[in-house]
Amino acid sequence: MRDQFQSPIVLLGARLLSPYIMVFGWYVIFHGHYSPGGGFQGGALLAASLLLIRVAGGSKLAELQIQEFATTPLAVIGVVIYFATGLVAMIMGGYFLDYAQLPIPGMEADWLRYTGILIIEVGIGLAVMAILVMIYDNMARGEDYG
Amino acid sequence: MIWELELVIYLFLAVSAIVALEVRDLLVAVVMMTVFSFLMALLFVAMGAIDVGFTEAVIGAGVTGILFVLVVFQTSRKSND
Repeated sequence: MRDQFQSPIVLLGARLLSPYIMVFGWYVIFHGHYSPGGGFQGGALLAASLLLIRVAGGSKLAELQIQEFATTPLAVIGVVIYFATGLVAMIMGGYFLDYAQLPIPGMEADWLRYTGILIIEVGIGLAVMAILVMIYDNMARGEDYG
Repeated sequence: MIWELELVIYLFLAVSAIVALEVRDLLVAVVMMTVFSFLMALLFVAMGAIDVGFTEAVIGAGVTGILFVLVVFQTSRKSND
């Protein structure tokens, strides 16, 4: 951000807070199938922890976390995880996102549904995190303003 | 939920909304929007919609505030109307 000076106290606070927000985001994603929260909220929490460092430390520090070119492939990986899970269930003879048909050996149907929702939520979380960070990066770079 | 506490939250909600609309400094308006979102999340949780409150707290009070701050620093800080 232009016309701003670097404040070590703000940066210290952001560095202290950011890892805990990120851990909480993964907690929300991995407990999404039986408690409030889920892929979207967890992904937004992950994005918030990355954006906090980006706001406090500027773009040079942010490049150490997730570089700008990595956000689009991450979002694509998240979407591909979602649709691959759905389509694999479809290929194995069920409906789209029919988790009980997933070809994971040694699992009962109810446990398969449990795991399938978890895989989906990880994909959603990755996509939401990457896209929110991408929005921030595109706004901060200001390419479209000329 | 305790109705007195809910009444206090409603009052703060109205005050933060009015301040966010009327203030000249846009950074203060952004902070007031964040406060509004957080109180709204508390009210959602009080009404039993925990998932909605969670989303409101994360998106409204977290990510949207950061994006608004970014926009304020890329344009002007004072409102012109």
